[in-house]
Amino acid sequence: MNFQLTDERQMLQDSLRRFLADRYTVAARTEAIADPSGYSPAIWTQLADLGVLGALLPEAVGGYGGAGFDIATVFEELGRAGVVEPVLDSAVLCGALLCGPGDAQPSPRDREYLERLVAGDLQLAFAHGEPTSRYERTWVETTATGDGQDVVLTGRKTVVVNAEAAELLIVSAREGGASGDRDGLSLFLVDPQAAGVRMQGSALLAGGRAAEVELDGVHLPHSARLGTAGGAATRIETALAAAEVALAAETLGAMETATRLTMDYLTTRQQFGRPIGTFQALQHRVAEMLIEVEQARSAVINAAGHLEDTPQTRDRHVAAARNLIGRTGRHIAEEAIQLHGGIAMTAEYELAHIAKRIVMAEHRFGDADTQMERFIDLSAA
Amino acid sequence: MDLNYSTEDLAFRAEVRAFLDAKLPQDLSDAVRLGRGLGKEGHDRWHSILNEQGWLAPTWPEEYGGCGWNAVQRHIFEEECCRAHAPRIVPFGLTMLAPVLQKFGSDEQRAHFLPKILSGEHWWCQGYSEPGAGSDLASLRTRAVRDGDHYVVNGQKTWTTLGQYANWIFCLVRTDPDAKQQEGISFLLIDMDTPGIEVRPIILLDGTHEVNEVWFTDVRVPVENLVGEENKGWTYAKYLLTHERTNIAGVGFSQAGLDAVKRLARQQIHRGRPLIENPHFAARLARAEIDLMAMATTNLRIISAAAQGQAPGVESSMLKVKGTEIRQEINDLARRAAGAYALPFAAEALAGDNSALAPPEGSDTVAAQYFNNRKLSIFGGSNEIQKNIIAKVSLGGRT
Ligand SMILES: Cc1cc2nc3c(=O)[nH]c(=O)nc-3n(C[C@H](O)[C@H](O)[C@H](O)COP(=O)(O)OP(=O)(O)OC[C@H]3O[C@@H](n4cnc5c(N)ncnc54)[C@H](O)[C@@H]3O)c2cc1C
Ligand SMILES: Cc1cc2nc3c(=O)[nH]c(=O)nc-3n(C[C@H](O)[C@H](O)[C@H](O)COP(=O)(O)OP(=O)(O)OC[C@H]3O[C@@H](n4cnc5c(N)ncnc54)[C@H](O)[C@@H]3O)c2cc1C
Repeated sequence: MNFQLTDERQMLQDSLRRFLADRYTVAARTEAIADPSGYSPAIWTQLADLGVLGALLPEAVGGYGGAGFDIATVFEELGRAGVVEPVLDSAVLCGALLCGPGDAQPSPRDREYLERLVAGDLQLAFAHGEPTSRYERTWVETTATGDGQDVVLTGRKTVVVNAEAAELLIVSAREGGASGDRDGLSLFLVDPQAAGVRMQGSALLAGGRAAEVELDGVHLPHSARLGTAGGAATRIETALAAAEVALAAETLGAMETATRLTMDYLTTRQQFGRPIGTFQALQHRVAEMLIEVEQARSAVINAAGHLEDTPQTRDRHVAAARNLIGRTGRHIAEEAIQLHGGIAMTAEYELAHIAKRIVMAEHRFGDADTQMERFIDLSAA
Repeated sequence: MDLNYSTEDLAFRAEVRAFLDAKLPQDLSDAVRLGRGLGKEGHDRWHSILNEQGWLAPTWPEEYGGCGWNAVQRHIFEEECCRAHAPRIVPFGLTMLAPVLQKFGSDEQRAHFLPKILSGEHWWCQGYSEPGAGSDLASLRTRAVRDGDHYVVNGQKTWTTLGQYANWIFCLVRTDPDAKQQEGISFLLIDMDTPGIEVRPIILLDGTHEVNEVWFTDVRVPVENLVGEENKGWTYAKYLLTHERTNIAGVGFSQAGLDAVKRLARQQIHRGRPLIENPHFAARLARAEIDLMAMATTNLRIISAAAQGQAPGVESSMLKVKGTEIRQEINDLARRAAGAYALPFAAEALAGDNSALAPPEGSDTVAAQYFNNRKLSIFGGSNEIQKNIIAKVSLGGRT
């Protein structure tokens, strides 16, 4: 057993942590949130320059990492600092979709996108969720039908994170099968400016932006397809597994910050003539938070360490981590607010943002209940 | 034991329901149902409709314009109002200050202020908390120094709910800095138009402007605005807090909240079926409902004891803790039900009703409400403070 990070990952973690501590101040983050794109283009470039985006992708496609532990290392730091930049959506999720599931090499076109992604000059968004899909990864009702030379997309995608900033959307659509089937799913690269694409954007409660996307008879050439026709399920599941490891690690980092802020506050806030941290009722609750953070850390290690495993084993660990973090994350966010009292409820206090990141993470790719159902299904199989 | 309401109670419920059907404006109940803000105008409108009906002040004695309802009737009224999504009555004047004036105020104060509370001419806010005085309220530092027939007030209050709409504030101020903490405090009524008062907004984590800081710089307050005796304010403050904790269980809010979760969970589709049929979601929902059913009866037991003249003791603290826990759990269920639709920021909710891209009704505000209602276990005496009270009273004589 060895739970030490490799030297490369340790260096990446150190430099990212230093960079974020210096540069990602509350003021900088507030500015990023207010930016019409939902993030700070300057910070994005700097993250790329630091090698953060490249660390999320394998060498074969121009990156220098891409393993579960690379992703976890980066995202724990992003979470610790409450970063709102769309690293998850652009780089992890769409990066993995472009890479393919391992047995397929990216086409020259996709390779070029990946290179631009690593260099920091491409934004992407995965348009997958639908009004009736609720976290089911193969529940796609959007259709892709042939029309002579073209493919025609029709459907609606909900809460597509980073859609407005994206140069390209990666859209899932069904070329065969019924809702929920693994077979028949395809992925298409769609220009958001194309005729028939309509978007309605909004800010997200915890930072970043998303859009509702309507696809009303969008004509595409067959070359817009990513990978094979009807065979995208594996690609989608692989990408989502990576994104869920990232999200779990990000939430872990945010949980650490919430716990640290709470400990700092309990030692400084005076009521009844003494620091409130001297009340045993609060001490025990901090102790419980610390125990949960350690549990969360182990769950992330399990999930990250199994990302390259067989889909069954991988997904079982991913679902376990996300369930555990969904539960403990909520507990820590709520306790951190409660132990601070009123001050934690103010928009400009650091904890408010961190607590929102933790809780809202549960709403991506499946909440704790959904992850538990997945875990049960995968364990029974 | 008889768990049924009396025939009179049922008739009263029918009367309340008929009134709400006829008089509650649709736009206000929609706003409440969908978790949107009302603004001052919305609150004022509902306030005056209730005042016209003579139903604005259920807790006041009839001589001052109260309804003369008993505790069970008040409970039925609150329950029906929640069910109909009526706006919450802003409590500061009606249910916090008024009882204090009725018990401790001068005849002049009662004659002057009580009618203006009913008419809505005065909108009150509560100036208790300060940056250094939250749970430890008695450590407050805002000073009031006697100067002829005025007090000169200097200091800062915070967390002042809806202070941006208020034209009057009741404050705890320190009038004797040398006395023991609780003994040097007075209770002052302050016109917010007096020079030297500044109200600064505090934006909460859900983006709402609900609370404020209120700053006092050499604010001159006529001595006739002192309630009761100088340096005896702590007694009145505590009396007010017992009233602040009426309806603390919030059973009606929880019931309305549970209905909202069910509506949303019927609309949300999971694996081709309504979410409400999902066993794990249904189990969570059931647990909250079971807790609420028991608490509703705890609440009625306490109300009924109070109606027979027994003063509630630690029971109100128990209701505060359990009631807020259940409400917060229901808020959590609502955000879960919304799934990914909980992610967008309510203050900038997607599109208008006429957009084909609008989110499912009610889903866009659930996360904001979840975060906003973290306040329930913090204010009005935090849940930790309530538990300290319960433990102190229960173990007190024994340890
Ligand atoms: C099955 C069993 C086997 C055991 N085997 C052995 C053995 O082989 N050898 C041996 O030497 N001992 C043994 N013990 C004893 C064991 O170590 C004690 O039971 C233990 O130290 C607790 O002491 P206590 O039972 O007197 O409880 P107490 O110390 O009286 O505690 C009672 C409660 O008060 C709490 N409490 C006490 N102090 C504080 C505080 N400061 N803050 C908050 N809470 C507090 C405790 O956590 C507990 O909940 C055994 C006990 C059991 C039950
Ligand atoms: C949305 C909102 C609206 C409000 N509206 C008003 C208003 O209109 N007017 C007004 O005057 N005030 C208002 N308040 C203030 C509210 O009453 C205080 O926030 C509350 O009293 C807690 O004080 P605090 O925030 O300073 O927390 P603190 O007192 O600093 O408490 C921090 C934490 O320590 C815990 N703690 C403190 N002492 C103990 C102890 N002895 N034992 C165990 N735990 C302890 C608390 O429970 C809490 O978890 C409002 C607050 C909020 C959040």
